[in-house]
Amino acid sequence: MRGFIARRLAFVVLTALLSSMVVFAATNVLPGDVATMILGREASEQAKDELRSQLGLDKPLVVQYGHWLGNMAKGDWGDSLSTGQDVRSVALQRLRNSAMLALVAFLMYVPLGIFLGVVAAWRRDSPLDQVISTGSLAFIGLPEFVTGVLLIALFSRALGWLPASSAIDPGSGFFTAFPSLILPALTVSLTSLAYVVRMTRASTADVLQTDYVRTARLKGLSTPSILFRHVLRNSLLPTVTVVAAGVGWLMGGLIVTESVFNYPGLGRLVLFAIQRRDLPLIQATTILIVVIFVLANLVADIVYALLNPRIRYR
Amino acid sequence: MAPPTFQVQDLSVVYETDSGPVPAARRISLSVDRGETLGLVGESGSGKTTLALAAINYLPANGRVKQGASRLNGLDLLRLPKREMPRMWGSRIGLVSQDPRSAMNPTLTIGRQLDEMGCRHLGLGRREARDLALAMLGKMGMSDPPSVVGRYPHQLSGGMLQLCAIAMALLTHPEVVILDEPTTSLDVTTQATVLDVLTELKTELQTAALYITHNLGVIARVADRVAVMYAGEMLETAGVKALFARPLHPYTLNLLRCVPHLGAGARAERPKDGKASGITRAAAAEADASGIPSARLASIPGSLPPWDDLPRGCIFAPRCPLVMDFCRVSRPPLVEVEPLRWSTCLRWQVLLSDEGRAQAVSVETRAGVPPLVEDTRSRGPLADGGLQPSQEAVSVPVLEVKDATKAFGPARSRAHVKAVDGASLSVPQARTFGLVGESGSGKTTLARVIAGLELPSSGRIFLAGESLKPSVGARGPHMLRRLQMVFQSPDGSFNPRMTVGRALMRPLMIMNRLDRKNARERALELLEAVRVPASHFDRYPSELSGGEKQRVAIARAFAGDPDVVLCDEPISSLDVSVQSSVINLLADLQEEAGTAYLFISHDLAVVEHLSHRVGVMYLGKLMEIGEVAKVLAPPYHPYTEALLSAVPVPDPTAASKPVRLHVSVSSSLGIPSGCRFHPRCPRYLGDICRLQAPPWRLSDGRVIPALAPTSAAGPDRPAEAAHSISCHIPLEELVRLQGAG
Repeated sequence: MRGFIARRLAFVVLTALLSSMVVFAATNVLPGDVATMILGREASEQAKDELRSQLGLDKPLVVQYGHWLGNMAKGDWGDSLSTGQDVRSVALQRLRNSAMLALVAFLMYVPLGIFLGVVAAWRRDSPLDQVISTGSLAFIGLPEFVTGVLLIALFSRALGWLPASSAIDPGSGFFTAFPSLILPALTVSLTSLAYVVRMTRASTADVLQTDYVRTARLKGLSTPSILFRHVLRNSLLPTVTVVAAGVGWLMGGLIVTESVFNYPGLGRLVLFAIQRRDLPLIQATTILIVVIFVLANLVADIVYALLNPRIRYR
Repeated sequence: MAPPTFQVQDLSVVYETDSGPVPAARRISLSVDRGETLGLVGESGSGKTTLALAAINYLPANGRVKQGASRLNGLDLLRLPKREMPRMWGSRIGLVSQDPRSAMNPTLTIGRQLDEMGCRHLGLGRREARDLALAMLGKMGMSDPPSVVGRYPHQLSGGMLQLCAIAMALLTHPEVVILDEPTTSLDVTTQATVLDVLTELKTELQTAALYITHNLGVIARVADRVAVMYAGEMLETAGVKALFARPLHPYTLNLLRCVPHLGAGARAERPKDGKASGITRAAAAEADASGIPSARLASIPGSLPPWDDLPRGCIFAPRCPLVMDFCRVSRPPLVEVEPLRWSTCLRWQVLLSDEGRAQAVSVETRAGVPPLVEDTRSRGPLADGGLQPSQEAVSVPVLEVKDATKAFGPARSRAHVKAVDGASLSVPQARTFGLVGESGSGKTTLARVIAGLELPSSGRIFLAGESLKPSVGARGPHMLRRLQMVFQSPDGSFNPRMTVGRALMRPLMIMNRLDRKNARERALELLEAVRVPASHFDRYPSELSGGEKQRVAIARAFAGDPDVVLCDEPISSLDVSVQSSVINLLADLQEEAGTAYLFISHDLAVVEHLSHRVGVMYLGKLMEIGEVAKVLAPPYHPYTEALLSAVPVPDPTAASKPVRLHVSVSSSLGIPSGCRFHPRCPRYLGDICRLQAPPWRLSDGRVIPALAPTSAAGPDRPAEAAHSISCHIPLEELVRLQGAG
């Protein structure tokens, strides 16, 4: 097991390195000249050249990459070209916000989705299964701005229970921010729920057909022991992978939801950076998201191995 | 008299399917008493598992009990509400299913799965339940139960896992236990040990047991009484000795005559070869009494009646050699024809005489089937390759394997395993070399190496003296034509989207370079030769039965008049009655076409029946090799000895030979040092077995050290000698030990 985790960790580092190269290369072929962007179109060629040599932009790309990577590793992520703020503190601030939102959403839809999926499989083809399967599917189709607006109309305009805007103050703690997190988390959950339900339902239905579940039933075990001790451990295996992919998306891909609720998350920061061609900010946020993706998959692999002794003991 | 422990009365089960109701079991009654074992025998589709599961009120959602009762000590299980069943299952009813690999939960340790029984049914705490589980495993003769309970199923060998599953089923001392083919997925040596443990435990606990199997040998060993099922009905039931000695239903009789009996003699010593051994003569005498030549197995023509069109009369009438008009009038009931013997056959009295039995056994003959002659339409490459069958040619090996080794995994790593290690053998024309061994012995790998599907790590293969390229892709069409293969599963070896006709024509057009018209003609001839109706030419493989598919696979292998056909377990996926007809077919084709076979099987009796020479493999090494009669008579290699004594013989009066191998705990495939068999060898000598590879001991008295390359040992190499054994124990000593044992 230790060797397994070490191998996976090495893989994480390798993936991060490779993706940093891709990010660096991609941002360097983006149209537009950095010096022109900073100094304006009217600046003289000489001034631009000076700035370029000052920024190291006249050096070969490989050297620039090494320099940039070294700074990233040291924690010097540069300053934003558009706001002049320290990229690192802005990005980490937003990362923290995204993590809070992701946590709330994750705790909402993952357990619920697994539960509903197991129930749907256990009562396969019953009316309950139909309701769960089609109901969760309906929300995949609805775009987040529709669900989000509907939720705002209901819970904030009509009932007045929750704030419509989630524009939390920078640095506010989890519990202060919590009421603002509920509606965006709910929006995300409704969209993601169906993936978890469908995956869990399909794999649970398969596991229920296995001989070892028949053995468990003919051992006279109670339904809860069969479902939660014998079935779930096996049927969660494919679900874990789907859920892990969802985590990366929760952290960095919630551009629409964050915009609807005006929530200061990482997704909106990426959008902002791209719109402004803010290279240091693009590079830092993209790499952050990549690392989160890879780490989420690492966690998924570990959970997978914990659930599956055939991988754990090799 | 008290009612029997478990009693099924007049039970009928129906499955509702999309294509209408399937009456899978019809009006079946049986009973099992304390400490008794009822063997339920039948081929696939006989409804034996359906019956057993319905009797314990466990049916799939589309299954329904139409009528009948199933009483456990007087309590009708079928009248109990569903929610009460979990209190019965596990505590009063036990079940052991076929494949422990799929029947045990892969994500829970053995201990946790065993503990559940004590916790749920006996009201024990976790610790007490564990103590009980350990005690149960100890009682089964396991040497180290604590190490077993801590493991996950994938870390245990199949045999050890099945022992655990048996312990689990019997932990709560149920009143009745259903054993559904519990040893079918196990190796024969493991099966023998598991059966011993099972019998002992069952006797001690006085459990009533319903033992379901298709294997008559196993039934003879474990059952007290036997019930024979066919197409959802029971045809005969009797005490085990009476049933095997004197079956009173033609189906039972044919079933018994379908399987080759170990020791019944091989083709190598058929009377025409003029040197029958003692065993063969005895077998021949017995065969003569019943009018069946020992060289030919009985087979049951036809197939199961379709569910939607069951015959009105006797269910077996359409396939019965004794059928009369009155058999077809109405369904005959199961009646007590003699004291304690029930049969549905209206003509059971015919079976009391030898002539009657001879009349009741259906033996397919080749009469009327045109012999498979060499194809005259082929152009070109056939001329340079085809050997002319002649007496002298027998001495020239058609297939020769020299020191073939196949290793998997990177060298010098722990994963490096020699699946085949230095195997040498040779097969002359028109002869069969039987390769026996248990799972993991490397016999299939060796066949794949010969076929060029796996690249050998070293060694060479010769076809009629010509060296073969290692890779099948490099061999060229005329070499491919001469070396063909028949695989275990006919389903996997056909393209499901290609008709039978096209599947046969393709090799003819590619390898024999026939044009479309000639290929079609030849394909139809081939179908006729393997007794598949020409109407199947345009059908898809999925429309054929398992036996028909395997026949077509054989026809395809013979399409190019091959010199050698490699048969890898060609009958093990087939039902008993179909197996025998495929065995007969292979024998006939060999006689007609002079083809050499490498016949791989785990079934010693089948290998004995078909082979002239035999090689016994264990963990990648040949342990013993020689003429079939010599290998199957002392001196044996200790492994062969164990294999032979483990084979269940379909004769309940046969004395059980007590050589037993222990069931290995672990599933890992480590290869032991020295002699690979030493950790399990009942005749283990000491350090020499552990440290040194054993020499080859030839029947002419010569001893070839293990280190000498076998090809350098002169003309009388182990691969060609009459009989050679790879063992540290001298042959005379083996004879002395085994003669006494």
